[in-house]
Amino acid sequence: MAQYTEAVWLNASDLCSFEHVLEVSGLTEAELRDLVEVGVIQPTRQDPGRYYFHTECIVVARRARRLRDDFDLDAQGLALALSLLNRIEGLEAQLAQMRARLTTSPRPR
Amino acid sequence: MKYVDYYKVLGVERDASEADIKKAYRKLAHQYHPDISKDAEAETKFKEIAEAYATLKDPEKRAAYDALGSHRQNEEFVPPGQWQHYFHDQDMDLSDMDLADLLAAFGARRGGGSRSAFSQRGQDFEVELPVTLEQLYSGAETDLTVHVPEPDAQGMLRRTAKTYRIQVPRGATEGQRLRLPAKGGPGLQGGPNGDLYVVLRVRPHSLYRVSGHDVYMDLPLAPWEAALGATVQVPTLGGMVEMQIPAGTVDGRKLRLAGRGLPTGMNGPQGDQFAVVQIVVPATLNAEERSLFEQLAKVSRFDPRSHLKGVR
Repeated sequence: MAQYTEAVWLNASDLCSFEHVLEVSGLTEAELRDLVEVGVIQPTRQDPGRYYFHTECIVVARRARRLRDDFDLDAQGLALALSLLNRIEGLEAQLAQMRARLTTSPRPR
Repeated sequence: MKYVDYYKVLGVERDASEADIKKAYRKLAHQYHPDISKDAEAETKFKEIAEAYATLKDPEKRAAYDALGSHRQNEEFVPPGQWQHYFHDQDMDLSDMDLADLLAAFGARRGGGSRSAFSQRGQDFEVELPVTLEQLYSGAETDLTVHVPEPDAQGMLRRTAKTYRIQVPRGATEGQRLRLPAKGGPGLQGGPNGDLYVVLRVRPHSLYRVSGHDVYMDLPLAPWEAALGATVQVPTLGGMVEMQIPAGTVDGRKLRLAGRGLPTGMNGPQGDQFAVVQIVVPATLNAEERSLFEQLAKVSRFDPRSHLKGVR
């Protein structure tokens, strides 16, 4: 029997707090601040001293924690790996968009 | 219980040194880590690799694993007596347990009293949920079954099937995630449960291709429809619509159906649908068609290659 359950959509419109990102990602405060400073994770609102993030940032923060743990990365290496992955994702999205615009070869009829 | 040969997973000998094990893990992680690999099997392969490494890098866990004996990969086996004894005084059935869960339980119990006050958050799980474009368009509900470890009456973790009804958010896109709080692995010693992450994977569609919130499709036209203009029926995610083809439409032209793409959010504007024109010709002509085309060829002064004149 299927259960209904709470589901939080990780998107570019809902917001969450700095503390929430820490809690669900497993990053330390210093690590998350570092990723914000180098621009890998961008807060949307910065009330005096308080960061707010789009919930999709949780995906990046969790990926950061996984890479940190699985490859023993330090802050520098982590930021570099994440920037490169962001760039690859951007390029892949562009490629997918270009592909969508191309027609497939016509089927013989 | 199914035996997993962790040495084989990492591709090392049973007497490999810690340094060799680490080296083998690093090499495989670079190849199969799901965050960096494009291998379709990366997720599953890396899970095995990480499980193997978590056990073999820790001398105590490695010794406990070695005590299980050597079996063939995936061979059904029963953990020897001292293992049963280690977990409980009475005999208990470990047969349907997952080897990784058993070793994780070993890690958690090690040290006994000194560790028992130390609570630990449960493991997060990530599963893919294939959805159709139609489901994304309308925001349908779908059921998702996952196998997550749950403690049984004796406190041992066993994989249990759970089915959740998921509301696919209207306007979601490929790769977007839903977080189901506390639906992951159970916390240890009173720690909170982990979370379950659901990754939406859009199944390829036979007609439509998606770009952001826009939807593209090929629209085949006969040469005379393209030349003279026509009214054609075009399918969209919301149903058939009538589309005017202007006279003189060229191959590859993108005709826009505004607001017929995917929704962008709860109340956001819809994306567009684009019909990409593909001019097709009949593979065979009947006598009458042939004669009409021949007549057209004779009277037409259209030269599609005028710009190539004089090119050497």
